[in-house]
Amino acid sequence: MKMILQKWTPPFLLLVMALWFFGNASAPKDKTFAYGEFSQLPVTFNGRVKPMDSVARNSLLEIREKQTLNTEPWKAWNEQPKIISASEWLANVMMNSAVADDWPCFRVDNPDLISLLKLPEKSAKSDGKHYSWNQLMPMFDTLAKENARVEKVESASRTAYENAIAKLEQRVSLYAQLRNTLQPADIQNWPLQLAEYERLIPLGLAAAQAQQAGRQFDQTNFNIFVGYISTFQFMAGLEAPLVLPPADGEHQWRRMSDALLAAPKGKPLDAAVHDYAKLCGALAANQPDQFNAALADLRSEIARTQPQALDKARAEVFFNRMEPFYNAMVIYILAGLLAVFSWFNLSETLRRSAVWLTWLALAIHTTGLVYRMVLEGRPPVTNLYSSAIFIGWGSVVLGLILEKFHKNGIGIVVASVIGFLTLIIAHHLALEGDTMEMMRAVLDTNFWLATHVVAVTVGYASTYVAGFLALIYILRGVFTKTLDAATGKSLARMIYGIVCFATLFSFVGTVLGGIWADQSWGRFWGWDPKENGALIIVLWNALILHLRWGGIIRERGLVNCAIFGNIVTAWSWFGVNMLGIGLHSYGFTEAAFKWLMLFVVSQLGCIALGLLPLKWWKSFSRAPVNTPA
Amino acid sequence: MKKFVEFFTSLKLTVVLLAFSIVLVFVGTLAQADEGLYGAQAHYFKQWIVIGAHMFGHKIPLVLPGGYLLGVLLLVNLVTTHVYRFELTWKKTGIQLAHAGVIVLLVGQLSTDLLSRELQMRFTGGESRNYSDSATQYELIFRNGDEVTAIAEKILKPGTELKLASLPFTIRVKEHWRNSDLNFRAPMMQNAPPLTTNGVALNFDFHQTEDVKTTDQRNVPTLLLEFLTPAGSLGAWVASDWCGDAALVAAVRDGYAQMGASMAQKIAGALTAPQSLTVDGKNYTFLVRPARVIHPFMLTLLKATHTTYPGTDIPKDFRSRVRIDNQASGEHREVEISMNHPLRYGGYTFYQYQMDAGEMAAQAGRKPSSVLSVVRNPGWLTPYIGCTMVGIGLTIQFLYHLVGFVTKKRTP
Repeated sequence: MKMILQKWTPPFLLLVMALWFFGNASAPKDKTFAYGEFSQLPVTFNGRVKPMDSVARNSLLEIREKQTLNTEPWKAWNEQPKIISASEWLANVMMNSAVADDWPCFRVDNPDLISLLKLPEKSAKSDGKHYSWNQLMPMFDTLAKENARVEKVESASRTAYENAIAKLEQRVSLYAQLRNTLQPADIQNWPLQLAEYERLIPLGLAAAQAQQAGRQFDQTNFNIFVGYISTFQFMAGLEAPLVLPPADGEHQWRRMSDALLAAPKGKPLDAAVHDYAKLCGALAANQPDQFNAALADLRSEIARTQPQALDKARAEVFFNRMEPFYNAMVIYILAGLLAVFSWFNLSETLRRSAVWLTWLALAIHTTGLVYRMVLEGRPPVTNLYSSAIFIGWGSVVLGLILEKFHKNGIGIVVASVIGFLTLIIAHHLALEGDTMEMMRAVLDTNFWLATHVVAVTVGYASTYVAGFLALIYILRGVFTKTLDAATGKSLARMIYGIVCFATLFSFVGTVLGGIWADQSWGRFWGWDPKENGALIIVLWNALILHLRWGGIIRERGLVNCAIFGNIVTAWSWFGVNMLGIGLHSYGFTEAAFKWLMLFVVSQLGCIALGLLPLKWWKSFSRAPVNTPA
Repeated sequence: MKKFVEFFTSLKLTVVLLAFSIVLVFVGTLAQADEGLYGAQAHYFKQWIVIGAHMFGHKIPLVLPGGYLLGVLLLVNLVTTHVYRFELTWKKTGIQLAHAGVIVLLVGQLSTDLLSRELQMRFTGGESRNYSDSATQYELIFRNGDEVTAIAEKILKPGTELKLASLPFTIRVKEHWRNSDLNFRAPMMQNAPPLTTNGVALNFDFHQTEDVKTTDQRNVPTLLLEFLTPAGSLGAWVASDWCGDAALVAAVRDGYAQMGASMAQKIAGALTAPQSLTVDGKNYTFLVRPARVIHPFMLTLLKATHTTYPGTDIPKDFRSRVRIDNQASGEHREVEISMNHPLRYGGYTFYQYQMDAGEMAAQAGRKPSSVLSVVRNPGWLTPYIGCTMVGIGLTIQFLYHLVGFVTKKRTP
């Protein structure tokens, strides 16, 4: 019986977690309005074709810092507040603002900002954090005035309040873009008004021409027509997403406002404009059947003209729903816990279960990574977000390889802890917006992204693996009795091997970066902060190796140096970006700075522990000789 | 000699040098926030001894070996170790190859530092250039007909008196501002007396400003000069890059746009009016301009394209189509220069640097223009060679260890 349990526990756990993952990934059924199908419509925004679903999720992330909307945030979780999907939210913002503008989707945390805008505090109908467009609207002038002042302050020297102002202003203008994407915001019965506009075009044009020529003209027609045009021009000024696929014989995606303004110039409104208008009308009038019928028309229209865009959008919706990195993160936690427990009761079953689960998480992680690469048509690392995903992936692979050789749970703990931490970092970086943003001109080269960037990130990953192995050495040695001499020795050997590997990759990656710079700017080395950060990693790893070869450091010295490698890598990965200078600077975020400092302090703390005399280490404090009397 | 060898082949020296390098690079990176990239390069990396440092806006007293010193010591350390410890064994091949690669890289960087020149070529569509301008260095030139005398900015230190055979007067440098700004001396205003009552200074007040800190800005130098002949002084004159650079003149003109277009145009005209001296019946026009390198060939900008991603301002691509005309070799061909695809020609490499084209330029009524960065670097191949050597060397070493490790595991 026990044998069977030992044998079948790991695969059983794997099956349970795999089922959990697939359960998460499956699409919920639309009950009335087909929001699921709406979310698959392709649009062009921030320079690329993507589904409405991605526009919805990224916008909601930016505005509310979550991918779903809680429409009743004042209710506790056990009172079952109503939670709706990002697509449902977006559809209503775009087409049914009468309802959506009352949803509390703007997150405002800063107390000074809340009191400036006279927003309600926590009460029966407010949670004191989330506010609706209609609640904010009366204070837009105040916000704009404050923002005009804040814009002149350099972003590095802004206060928390000033950052909150700038952020809210961005959120409000994004929301304003979305409201004016498919129809002029606040308009009543758009399909009817659109028909009226089309009917008026010849009459309005004639009136306008007559007015120009100084002849008599129809004042009513003229006024209504000019009213429409100025409304559409206002829409155009907001630079909303490009929702209309290219017209027959053209290549450019268009904004709704572009098509509306082009109509008087002799370009007839195409079917997509009318289909979208029908959608708007049906949603505002709460008629699910008409909505779904219009949606089907629109989809078949796009399937005819833009089959590839539709396929790509559907693939991306599937990817969004799968949330591979989030799910992998959860499984990494589980695997890491099992592996740590295995050290204490030395249970082989626990360790094997952890290995199986880590493989499952890696499979999901890899699927996500490859899926992203295919969607983007790019090598794995294109920005800070994807660097976190890839560093995690590389570390997990290295950890599993170590586990394969050593079978002592150490590789698994390193794999799962780094996997978890990097995916959490990625999760927070995703709050910045679209993670598949377009590459600026100089970065638009798959060759260098695939060589330099991948090599450098593998260098980061391996330096972290060495550092975390070292952390295990110290933490187990000081706080537990599980670190015997053999384990210590094998840990030190692993660290040494990984540092060699890290030196190879960080060196080659850094020099390849120099060659790329030589190719695009005509200089191999420019002492840019990011270049310097990478150079410090190379020098640090080289220093460790030389110290070891010279016998200047031994086992414990190596371990402490490897932990310092964590600080060096964190500095290069995030620290230099916060200086706000150079070619790789991505702006300063206070939260990121706080976490970086915490990380540095924690690592220094571990080094301090590592420097304690051995008699204070639990693993080594036993009487040296245990011979019977 | 034995002591010398022992010292320079010791691993301890390597360790100390590496540790100092790490500290130097770290300090030199932090200092960029205060001193700017060029400032930090000169202060920390292109330097033998570093005295004092800037960190987080504070001055910190410390003394460090500079980049040159560390580089040279590392090089000596590597070369002597290589010479005295060389062994032809499998175990050592990887390590030796990797270190030889580091030597190549260090030598290459040192030669780049000493020999390379960074220039720029800027033109609008249709224009031809047979010269490149320095991005950081300037020269004072005197033109008499076709005869041009150029004096490098760096020898024009305040207080210097220069007498050149080609010029019939002595130049006395009264002021030399590496970076400067100017104001129009509006008539009817309470102005301080002008710097001098000759030429451009009558209409403009020049004053010194701090050196620029980032790579996308540049210094605009101004000189206050006095010209002396045996017959007496020709008075003091201002010579400034503000007067010659088309982009700067346009910026000044736009800055006074609120005074009306014709007034702004007049102000720009006063700024660019040529200044000249007449000595012994000969006329000498003088001005300050970026130091110039003349090429034996000509480049013509045929087309500048700047594309963005649909519906955004994110740049997707910059490219310049240029024609090379080389009378000596009889070459007349067209090439395309774009980001990551430079043109290597005549010992120089031409990179796409900045561009003003596309919708933005069209809306503002500017002709498309392009700036190429022009670099001469005889050592440009060394990083490629060095990187390959280190990469192969470390891979061999790593595989050697890995194979040893795996076989050891298999046979306990």
